[in-house]
Amino acid sequence: MSISFLLLIVAIIGVAGYLIGSWRANALAGGKLSSLHSRPGYYGSYVAVWSMLPAVVVLLVWIVASPIYISSTVRAGFPEEVKATSQAEQNLGYNMISAIARGLRVLAPEEREAIFKDGSTARTVLAGKGVPLAADPAPYMLTSADSLNRMSQASSTFLAIVVVLTALAGAVFSYRVIAPKFRARNRVEGVMLVGLIAASSIAILTTVGIVASMLTEAVHFFNRVPAWEFFFGTVWDPRFAAAGSTDSSGQFGLIPLLAGTLYIGFVAMLVAVPVGLFAAIYMSEYASRHVRSVAKPLLEVLAGIPTIVYGFFALVTVGPFLRDLSAQLSGLVTGDYSNFIQAQSVLTAGFVMGIMLIPYVSSLSDDIITAVPRALRDGSLGLGATRSETIKRVILPAALPGIVGALLMTASRAVGETMIVVLAAGVAARIQINPFEPMTTVTVKIVSQLTGDLEFTSPQTLVAFALGITLFVITLCLNIYALYIVRKYREQYE
Amino acid sequence: MNIMSEAAVEKALDKKMNDISYKMIGKDVSVYYGDKRALYDVNLNVRENTVTALIGPSGCGKSTFLRTLNRMNDTIEGCRVTGRITLDTDDIYDPNIDVVELRARVGMVFQKPNPFPKSIYENVAYGPRIHGLAKAKADMDGIVESSLQKAGLWNEVKDRLHEGGTGLSGGQQQRLCIARAVAVSPEVILMDEPCSALDPIATAKVEELIHELRANFTIVIVTHSMQQAARVSQRTAMFHLGNLVEENDTDKMFTNPDDQRTQDYIMGRFG
Amino acid sequence: MSQVSTSPSMAALGATAKPERRDIGLRGRYAAERRFRLYGMAAIAFGLVFLFLLLFSVVSKGYTAFQQSMITIPVEFSEQIIDKDNERATNPQKLVSANYPVVARNALAKVLGVSEDDRQGLRAINGMISDSVRTQLRDLVTADPSIIGTTRTVSFLAHGDLDSAFKGQIDLSVAENNRKISDKQIGWMNQLAESGALAKHFNTGIFVNGASSRPEAAGVGVAAVGSLYMMLIVLVLALPIGVAASIYLEEFAPKNRFTDLIEVNINNLAAVPSIVYGLLGLAVFVNFAGFPRSASLVGGLVLTLMTLPTIIIATRSALKAVPPSIRAAALGLGASKMQTVFHHVLPLAMPGILTGTIIGLAHALGETAPLLLIGMVAFVADIPSTPLEPATALPVQIYMWANEAERAFVERTSGAIIILLIFLILMNVGAILLRRRFERRW
Repeated sequence: MSISFLLLIVAIIGVAGYLIGSWRANALAGGKLSSLHSRPGYYGSYVAVWSMLPAVVVLLVWIVASPIYISSTVRAGFPEEVKATSQAEQNLGYNMISAIARGLRVLAPEEREAIFKDGSTARTVLAGKGVPLAADPAPYMLTSADSLNRMSQASSTFLAIVVVLTALAGAVFSYRVIAPKFRARNRVEGVMLVGLIAASSIAILTTVGIVASMLTEAVHFFNRVPAWEFFFGTVWDPRFAAAGSTDSSGQFGLIPLLAGTLYIGFVAMLVAVPVGLFAAIYMSEYASRHVRSVAKPLLEVLAGIPTIVYGFFALVTVGPFLRDLSAQLSGLVTGDYSNFIQAQSVLTAGFVMGIMLIPYVSSLSDDIITAVPRALRDGSLGLGATRSETIKRVILPAALPGIVGALLMTASRAVGETMIVVLAAGVAARIQINPFEPMTTVTVKIVSQLTGDLEFTSPQTLVAFALGITLFVITLCLNIYALYIVRKYREQYE
Repeated sequence: MNIMSEAAVEKALDKKMNDISYKMIGKDVSVYYGDKRALYDVNLNVRENTVTALIGPSGCGKSTFLRTLNRMNDTIEGCRVTGRITLDTDDIYDPNIDVVELRARVGMVFQKPNPFPKSIYENVAYGPRIHGLAKAKADMDGIVESSLQKAGLWNEVKDRLHEGGTGLSGGQQQRLCIARAVAVSPEVILMDEPCSALDPIATAKVEELIHELRANFTIVIVTHSMQQAARVSQRTAMFHLGNLVEENDTDKMFTNPDDQRTQDYIMGRFG
Repeated sequence: MSQVSTSPSMAALGATAKPERRDIGLRGRYAAERRFRLYGMAAIAFGLVFLFLLLFSVVSKGYTAFQQSMITIPVEFSEQIIDKDNERATNPQKLVSANYPVVARNALAKVLGVSEDDRQGLRAINGMISDSVRTQLRDLVTADPSIIGTTRTVSFLAHGDLDSAFKGQIDLSVAENNRKISDKQIGWMNQLAESGALAKHFNTGIFVNGASSRPEAAGVGVAAVGSLYMMLIVLVLALPIGVAASIYLEEFAPKNRFTDLIEVNINNLAAVPSIVYGLLGLAVFVNFAGFPRSASLVGGLVLTLMTLPTIIIATRSALKAVPPSIRAAALGLGASKMQTVFHHVLPLAMPGILTGTIIGLAHALGETAPLLLIGMVAFVADIPSTPLEPATALPVQIYMWANEAERAFVERTSGAIIILLIFLILMNVGAILLRRRFERRW
């Protein structure tokens, strides 16, 4: 019996429970609904919850636990000489057994018998059914596969019985509880509240998941490559990940990637901060309502454009333009028409990223500037200061902490940005200061280490998680500090 | 459980001695907001089918006391109530009391009219619907009509029951809120300065309404206006700085109060 | 008051003489004021110019992708080439593996009057026909083997280079050796165009086809279906979970350490780089839970986690905007807290919640980086029928095409971007309309 069919049965029991529960409540009320504590629907829901919730919990636990139990039983049945081999070899054997088991399920009875008579035909017969095996199965594997099949068969039958019984028991129990004074609504609402709490704890779980998953993989990495070589290494040369190889032949220095990340982020901020800040000031202090209502949403469109589009823009438009421009310039000055700006360069990536960040800077600063109390503004204007003097001497100093917070948040976005740099910054990991040359970033390397074949045992793959946790920590620190500053700032004016 | 029966005994004794039936009895009621104490051991009984007015200067605790009567204070974080309040024989702060059921018995009308942004009909029908007071559509129609009639609004809105409740004038909105409260058939209706946001004509209508409602409901009203208290209530309680200063028949209160402070307040010496 | 003087002079009336005007540097200050203003306008102009440039660059490069050059000529399904030994009755495989490109090539050669012995000419003609002709003719023949031996008029795709040349995207002044198309082919192209055999048609292929190494046959069909699956998963998971979480935090949660923690957490999650979510998805869903790599299910789950904070933040502000008097009114009638929230507060907050959700979905639709990590950069030619099958996504398709070298892929990439942007615009316009239509001022 398939899981979805089982769930359907549980759902049917639940619906039936709802109807019976409501009906029972109505009957108890005997036409006087106000004699009930809750509306009949709540009694129905109470029965429905009791029929479905425990059954589903049982189902979930079973789904998780039963493969573990079956696997350990099958392994316990391995011949002694197999048990003596290494864990990895046993895993390999077990994987093969489950493949065989999958194959056996689709075979006709006579084909099965043939296989059991002559194990050497198994590989070809199973391959014909779309189940390729890596090698000819050892004799013990066929019997193990057979017992695995029998066990999972038994498990699913048993599961069906247990789940349906649980659902029925829940329904009967809750049905018997129904009485006019029984507080069905409070119980049902209690369950709802638990559901709401569970939903909000997903936020926590996500963070835990991020930290835990990256830490585990990063720790695996640091077991192969010493942490100080990673954090203080100046050479990034991971080599190729040879399948199955676990030696760390490559060099994994974070410094060149970090340098590229910060350099490109710096260039981006050089573009985004003045433009965004002035745009915000103009918008909040000068622009007429009309201009504001047009310009503000248009600028925000920049924030809605996917970063891959910016990346493409940098790759096919901005990069070649800067390259050709530099060729023309150098031609005019020296007569040698060779470009000094590469198409993929710190400048290209930083510039385009800066454009992307303009709306972040402007809308964050706009909020902060408008939060400066009117009284401050009026005070300065009333003394005969011009608007720009008021802005420069009164509003900006008052808003400064908030703006710094906003800029930190923007910077964290620049550090974590991926697609623009993947397409426009280049892949060469080196430390240099010429903005016209390509450099690479942490995010680019995460992508390039994780596209293609993955080998969760090789440092070439695992390093991506070390890079990831570094990135996570950097952006987290920037954000927490920024939030702290902005919150302090808000409190000042509340 | 002991407490409840004790309360019941007390109430029975009260009834016997005075031959007055008290709908709600407040004994040593104190309210704290966090560390701040807002009400000091108030003892105030609310008589059945009577309009009781709570008066006093701003911040004296009259609204706080009103909100303890149907536990609306529960919705304020950090608010704590001590003492005992009973509705008939039930201690309303007993953990076994269902607050929802309590509020269905003790309804409330707020200072500012707050109709739901739904039709007039839906506004009135909401309470009966969640409490399951009507089985068929016809029953509900009946409840809505009679509630609106009791609130004196029926003739004004009967042709536009399915238009938005927020489109009514302020006075009509407040009477709609009263109709909404009445529709649940509570035993007690609490009114927190129900006329403070209304003009004099609308106020007169609402006051008239309160007068009529007295026949079927027990009403407790907080008001800022001494005149209003004099016009609508039979009993008046005067609060000052979180203390109950005096509780008396309204007539006596406004002519010959027992307490000096009441006298001063009514004369307009502070407020 | 005695009248001391009868003189009418102003001074005598008590008015003081107009004082010397102080020089407070007004000229310079106003100049500075104008400059400052100008900077502001320049900043906005800068942003808008680049917005315009970006859109212009994409549209000007991409609008041609919605047209495709097709060659429409009579094709002889020669039995000689397809099934020389007439074994199709016994060996149907024969029809699948027949050399169809030669059929098309010969047909075109016939139209152009090129002899079947002119090997060089035939090779040049081959370069004008898309490789996709193989599957196209094969499907025709296997569907109806009786057409073998007859001549039918067939429209097939021109080669990507010919398509570019026909759209005028290849600079013909470049030396012949340095461009992808020869002068001879250009001559033929003009000849075909004049006779009407070569024409541009609306390109439906870009909407329905899957991945292909031939630009002229490549489309975003698979990617669009993958994106659709992921959006559905995000909607089905993130909206209810996000709303439930917000309701708890906004309406029920006591103010304590734990809820503070959740609060800070959500704000930070909203700022975590999207690529980190990709790492999470790879480690947890693919490596730990064993979900299939490249499947839209995993992509949908990752995007759900990424979108949740956005939806929670939007929902909470929508709930906050519902005035407390509504809650008081419902509670005062004896509605329970749960009833108050679900009967009154939530419906009133719904427009705000939906607006926030649409914007969150739009972000998720354009997100690329996390999908790269969970293996959605895959060459998928067939449209996936379930979210468990390998798929790509619109932005990932754009990324893959952007990395292709051929000229015709630039056009495709821009075309795909236009499609993506149109989806995003539709979603955002939807959100704006929703807000306008249902916005309520309290």
